[in-house]
Amino acid sequence: MSNTFEPEIVAFCCHYCAYTAADMAGSKRLSYPPNVKIIRVPCTGKVDAIHIMKAFQKGADGVYVAGCLEGDCHFKNGNLRAARRVQRVQALLDEIGIDSRRVEMITMSAGMGERFAKTAREFTEKIRELGPGPVKAAERDFGLSAAG
Amino acid sequence: MITAVRKPMEEIIACVSPYDRILLAGCNECVSVCSVGGRKEVSLLSSALQMHFLKQGKTLEIQEVTLERQCDPEYVEELVNSVDSADAVLSMACGCGVQTVAARFREKPVFPAVNTAFMGASERQGVWSERCQGCGDCVLGITGGICPIARCSKRLMNGPCGGSTKGKCEIDTDIDCAWQLIWDRLKALGLENRIEEIMEAKDWRTSRDGGPRKIVREDLAS
Repeated sequence: MSNTFEPEIVAFCCHYCAYTAADMAGSKRLSYPPNVKIIRVPCTGKVDAIHIMKAFQKGADGVYVAGCLEGDCHFKNGNLRAARRVQRVQALLDEIGIDSRRVEMITMSAGMGERFAKTAREFTEKIRELGPGPVKAAERDFGLSAAG
Repeated sequence: MITAVRKPMEEIIACVSPYDRILLAGCNECVSVCSVGGRKEVSLLSSALQMHFLKQGKTLEIQEVTLERQCDPEYVEELVNSVDSADAVLSMACGCGVQTVAARFREKPVFPAVNTAFMGASERQGVWSERCQGCGDCVLGITGGICPIARCSKRLMNGPCGGSTKGKCEIDTDIDCAWQLIWDRLKALGLENRIEEIMEAKDWRTSRDGGPRKIVREDLAS
């Protein structure tokens, strides 16, 4: 693996918690890796398995879904639904030979700027260790580009 | 509805691996409702297959088409244009849909991506249970609206058996005893006496015992 590998990470962040926590991290001048690309969603319950799969297909090396703390979902149970969908995607990734640690469900409150920054750092490091995702690995090994 | 579950990816991958161009066909009816073969699932399977093969150094071309109904020749005809540019068809419909596609395009290999399970009803979000076995001679009118054929493990016509315990079936305590349900329902309807009436041996010729079945409506058939 090349030492210059910089993982690209997609983070689906709930408007009411993780996205606000990211904002909080910014306000507090807490640094977190620029590898994390945030997609704001109204609730993590809106994130479907296909959104996560398409993120990988379009070149993401890791994906995480960041929702409200358990019991604190603005829409009652969207975060719990998201957690189950993430589990389903993890199982699917395992079935197709892709390390399921590349996708994760994370919870935090809107005030947890530190946790947002820490999560971003830790997840980026984890993916850096796992190496390029399926699409980048195919580009590197076979010169192929993704169809999706 | 007809329920189904997706086949293990390993089996699907083995089916499509000899080919480079796949037509992935979903169905908007039952399998869409039980979240296994509709547009969304077609898209998910397509994505998973493409990424799997990409990892192996192969670009798998997939056309995604979801028909209104795959068990109806009129809708299957919509595949005419796309099937030519595919080496094989992978169907996410129930067995009826797979066979309709296979019958129409005899020169193309057609593979099922799901295992068709049973005729069932939705209990709650994400949970389906068997409710009908299509015996061809419905007894729901005399069993309080609960089917002893689909819901009694032994298909008893005069139950319950000795294995009924606290309303549960002896084969699995998660399964309700159909005859307990029938008794409870008849009682609620004030029809307890009906449980004493012996049902005669069922004529299974209307079921699969009479061979593959067919319905011909003379007023509709062309």
